[in-house]
Amino acid sequence: MSEKDSVAATPELLCAKCKLALAPSKVTVSYLGNSFPVDLLRCPGCGFTYVPESLAVGKMLQVEQALEDK
Amino acid sequence: MDGQQVKDWEYHCIEESPPACTAACPVHVDVRGMMDLVRKGDFKTAHAQYSRIVPFPGIVGRICDHPCESACKRSEAGDAIRIHELERTCVNAGFDAAPFRVNKQLARKRIAIVGAGLSGLTAAAELLIKGHAVTVFESKSAALDRLRRYNDTVLPATAIEADLARFGNTGLELHLNEPIDLPSSIATLADDFDSIYLGLGPEPVSALRDVLALTADDRIAIDPLTFATSHPKVFAGGSQRYGAGYSPITSLQDGRYAALSIDRLLQGASLTANRDTQGAQPTRLYVNTGRHAPLTAIVPVDPLRGYSQEEAIAEATRCFPCHCLECVQVCPYLEHYGSYPKRYIREIYNNETIVMGNRKSNRMIDSCMLCGLCAEVCPEDLAMGDVCLSARHGMVEKGRMPVSHHDFALRDMAFSRSDAFTLARHQPGFAHSKLLFYPGCQLAASSPDHVANVYAHLCANLKGGVGLMLDCCGAPAQWAAREDLFAETRAAFAAEWQRLGQPTVVTACSSCFRMFTDHQPDVKVESLWSVLERIGLPQGALSSVKTLAIHDPCTTRHDTAIQNSVRKLLGQCGVTVKELDGPELTTCCGFGGLASFANPEVTNKIVDKRVAQSDADYLTYCAMCRDNFSRRGKRALHLLDLVFPGNPDPASRADPGFSMRQENRGRLKRRLLRDLWEETVNEPVTDIELIVSAEVQADLEKKLILLDDLRQTIRHGESSSEKLLDNKTGHFIASFRPVSMTYWVEYTMADGRYTVHRAYSHRMQLG
Repeated sequence: MSEKDSVAATPELLCAKCKLALAPSKVTVSYLGNSFPVDLLRCPGCGFTYVPESLAVGKMLQVEQALEDK
Repeated sequence: MDGQQVKDWEYHCIEESPPACTAACPVHVDVRGMMDLVRKGDFKTAHAQYSRIVPFPGIVGRICDHPCESACKRSEAGDAIRIHELERTCVNAGFDAAPFRVNKQLARKRIAIVGAGLSGLTAAAELLIKGHAVTVFESKSAALDRLRRYNDTVLPATAIEADLARFGNTGLELHLNEPIDLPSSIATLADDFDSIYLGLGPEPVSALRDVLALTADDRIAIDPLTFATSHPKVFAGGSQRYGAGYSPITSLQDGRYAALSIDRLLQGASLTANRDTQGAQPTRLYVNTGRHAPLTAIVPVDPLRGYSQEEAIAEATRCFPCHCLECVQVCPYLEHYGSYPKRYIREIYNNETIVMGNRKSNRMIDSCMLCGLCAEVCPEDLAMGDVCLSARHGMVEKGRMPVSHHDFALRDMAFSRSDAFTLARHQPGFAHSKLLFYPGCQLAASSPDHVANVYAHLCANLKGGVGLMLDCCGAPAQWAAREDLFAETRAAFAAEWQRLGQPTVVTACSSCFRMFTDHQPDVKVESLWSVLERIGLPQGALSSVKTLAIHDPCTTRHDTAIQNSVRKLLGQCGVTVKELDGPELTTCCGFGGLASFANPEVTNKIVDKRVAQSDADYLTYCAMCRDNFSRRGKRALHLLDLVFPGNPDPASRADPGFSMRQENRGRLKRRLLRDLWEETVNEPVTDIELIVSAEVQADLEKKLILLDDLRQTIRHGESSSEKLLDNKTGHFIASFRPVSMTYWVEYTMADGRYTVHRAYSHRMQLG
């Protein structure tokens, strides 16, 4: 997954624990021993990272399936 | 996969066998391809294609003795296609055949051809194309002398000259008016040339007796495969070989295959190897001509001129064209991938043996329902299910099975094999069991009331003790090629069955019946339907229903006794049974082979095709079939809906969905323990009460997310406070990864209840 999958900051999204707005951050995602850097929204306090549905059922699913067929 | 087994499977798919017309043609003209082009009005390409196979299209297209037409399968549904007339139309259309293109060959050899007839000049053309130097000796004053005696309206001289013009700049040396005194010249020719072809015409050649071996009627003895004579350098053919009845296409064949032998001789190659498809022969291609309405041939308005182009298009449109594809026509799965088994088998084999790169066929392999319908309609009994299951075993053994394809189904199976559902008991008040009711996990999941009612009926009407076993037979593991899990499941069953005293198993599930009969031959098993037929229906069974279309589960395809019992029971319920295609040609509901988990798009097509076969309500005796019909909007009943009526309109019963299936299994066990064995079993109390709309529920079903997954996720979010708040919507968003899936749930909370707005999941792990 590349930079173009990055997510814009959405001030509406707050970490319920830290009461902080999520901010874009470089996060590593991995599957079947393969890792990729991806920009995701993350809580600056506790590090809770948000995966939007569009990513989960879109590009992320595609990559999961491609890796399963490797 | 075993390579030899793969070849055997490939051999049994006959789709690539030539159509009967092409097989009957001595030079295998691609008639089916030509007919397709003519049908499209593309006479130019049709002519070009014909000219690539036939060196003298203007001649042969007009005078061919067309053995293809006698073989044409259209004759079984009307008249044979007038292939010859259509070829004539193509060559009459005014296109020039391209000149022969000569290959540049380093080892250029010199070949003498005696006789400039059709076979001799065909051999000349073939050898020139292969790059050899060819000299033709003809005693007459013109090449193709015999053909010049045809009536001009049949074969005009201009057509002959146009075909001869194909030799153009090939360097052909043509010596006319040069009679060869063969007996004395053969030795000379053999010295001067590397090889010789004799196309001498039909007359006996007794003068050659001292030079070549002759037949009893004084013709040259010619090998019908290689066209060799007794002289190692000399080959022969044409009407000298086949006799007086002139066959232009056979002369063409002889010239072509003699040239092949000469080229092989000159290259030091075997004359006989790999020639088994040479010449006219029968084909293995099966064509179901009964599928086509009979059509008579188009008659040209002007028979002398032959077909106009419009008439030719109409005639070519009568060509089926010939294909087998019997399996592809009945199976939307085989149709989905756009090809046919022979190619699929090769792709599947390549998928297994590939070293680097993507295994592109994984999903195709896991989309087969293993239902056996393809084998049922295949003239060669080829079962793609065998191929796919074998491939699945290879994938699992090599650790290449995509986790996502079977993960959900195997987790569901694990639930059915957990303490939440499993139960193995003697009948209350009995210390032994003569019989053991084994309803199957999916009937319990779909209709727990039916399970309780059947058990009560069996206990009341059968002597010797009827035990009960709630469990999964292991079919999902078998279909997923998880031999380890399947063996473990069967072993666990065997242990319980032994403990209960080896009772006869009575199962309500066709898949369970299959698993027992195919994999546990020591267990005596009987279908519930046969037992009900024997002991009779309970009082209260419906006695007047209506017409129902019967769908036999694919796992009973060959179990005639079960099919008959079901029909007898239906008769007792007053049902008029409408057959769809009959039990042997029944289809799968998509659950078979776990295909619906790997490829819901394909299995939905299969169910939809089945559903479209009749407007009547469907009746089946498999819980999964009924629920899948219902899921796709078809009114459908389970046989037990008639035997134990309760719902006023059972055909409208919705598919319970995956969450409710598990819920139903658990509840059934607890209920039976309470009601029959008088144990104190409390219903579990959930701390997370969910509100899920029908729309969200439908989305969860597609995404294979259970309500219990939602509860776990919300519980985690609430207890750890690891959740997000979307200020715009006021929704909380929590996530949880119990094992290998991360679930996300968007929800709101009110009055201690959680309204779920959406949920999704991914396998990829963060961090």
